[in-house]
Amino acid sequence: MSLLEVRNISKSFGKVDVLKDVSFTLEKGEVLSVIGSSGGGKTTLLRCLNFLEFAEKGQIIVNGEVLYDGVAVNDKKLRENRLHFGLVFQNFNLFPQYNVLKNITLAPKLLKKGTDEEIEADARRLIERVGLSDKIENYPCELSGGQQQRVAIARALALNPDILCFDEPTSALDPELTGEVLKVIKGLKNGDSTMIVVTHEMGFAKEVSDKIIFMADGIIEEMGTPDEIFNHPKSEKTKAFFSKSLENL
Amino acid sequence: MSDFLEQLPIVFDALNEGFLQTLKLFVITLLGALPLGLILSFGSMSKFKPLSGLIKTVVWIVRGSPLMIQLLIIYYFPGIVFDNNIWGSGLDGRFVASAVAFIINYACYFSEIYRGGIQGVPVGQQEAGKVLGLSKTQIFFKVTLLQMVKRIVPPMSNEIITLVKDTSLARIIAMQELIWAGEAFLTGSRGISGQIWPLFFTAIYYLVFNGVLTILFGKIEKKLSYFKV
Repeated sequence: MSLLEVRNISKSFGKVDVLKDVSFTLEKGEVLSVIGSSGGGKTTLLRCLNFLEFAEKGQIIVNGEVLYDGVAVNDKKLRENRLHFGLVFQNFNLFPQYNVLKNITLAPKLLKKGTDEEIEADARRLIERVGLSDKIENYPCELSGGQQQRVAIARALALNPDILCFDEPTSALDPELTGEVLKVIKGLKNGDSTMIVVTHEMGFAKEVSDKIIFMADGIIEEMGTPDEIFNHPKSEKTKAFFSKSLENL
Repeated sequence: MSDFLEQLPIVFDALNEGFLQTLKLFVITLLGALPLGLILSFGSMSKFKPLSGLIKTVVWIVRGSPLMIQLLIIYYFPGIVFDNNIWGSGLDGRFVASAVAFIINYACYFSEIYRGGIQGVPVGQQEAGKVLGLSKTQIFFKVTLLQMVKRIVPPMSNEIITLVKDTSLARIIAMQELIWAGEAFLTGSRGISGQIWPLFFTAIYYLVFNGVLTILFGKIEKKLSYFKV
């Protein structure tokens, strides 16, 4: 049984169909990268998985449990559903009024995921894992973009999601800061995390992914291993996308 | 000159009494209007259109018409139309009617400031709370609220300083506040009449009080300066 099974997800905003019948599966411990041009539906797909948007139809199944079946669920169930997924935003979205430690412990404490001591010890371990132990008392405004994004990753990990999603995690960063964030994400792969990464970093996607989805115009144009997608793309759209990406290099 | 020196203590006595009433109206207005404004702001942001439409209409009427007229209507309307002056004609009744008018008026202004403050918090903050499994209430109190407070301190301090001076409008229904106390020496009060200068002194009270408030708001701003929104 796959850890995640997405079946026939469709979503439109007004008259624009952003996702059309999207289906894929993901095994435990796998890293999936979603690539494609802007407006192809990548971010919307992640937002549907995290229930920030709701697909009009389709199913989202985690560990065999149908979380979503195209109909609204009540508030309590919705919050439980969201905890299966973690999301790291393009713009970090750290809470500016809390320091690094509190950003990470806020949700686990509010959701009573353990005693305060356990939660804090856990948070300190995560902060060490993203290499920011010396910034534990700092506020987000005192950190660089790369550091903020690493805190955001630790914050998402603190709730032990089944699947951790990244929405263009380095797009808002200065080029010299993307490396430190990508390194942390690579580190998580070795830690057995299951991840979905929407990214424009082709080199990173090629290196870290077990599976690549190329999306265009709301559909999965092509899906396969990094080797299949990058070295032997079948679809004309995929080929055109790569040749454009390379032009920009 | 000796007249002036003799009259001075009498005048200050009267002005002090008037200022006490001003202060009372100011404090009660804040106690009522700060929470009521928040409730109105939620109403005006409601997805339930009839409610948000109603609140927006009320805010338009209250902000769009003079507070002085609102005071007159609230004080006299029940007596004229229903032949039942619910406020009574005593000083207490005039005070309560003033407080009601001020609370409604200022709650409407505050509601718009709150709305701006809440809507000014980036939507990503709420979304971050949502993906962490927090409830709407938790998101409001633990994520949005303090960021909103930080955003609204400058416009709020503006509005509250205006309130200090606006309290003088309550004299239109003979609430005996500071300016009323100063004005009384024109027509005659406590053995003094035809004197305009006691009115000049009222400005000092407002000035000093607003000075204290300005310092207080400065402190709040400084206290919230440890983070950026």
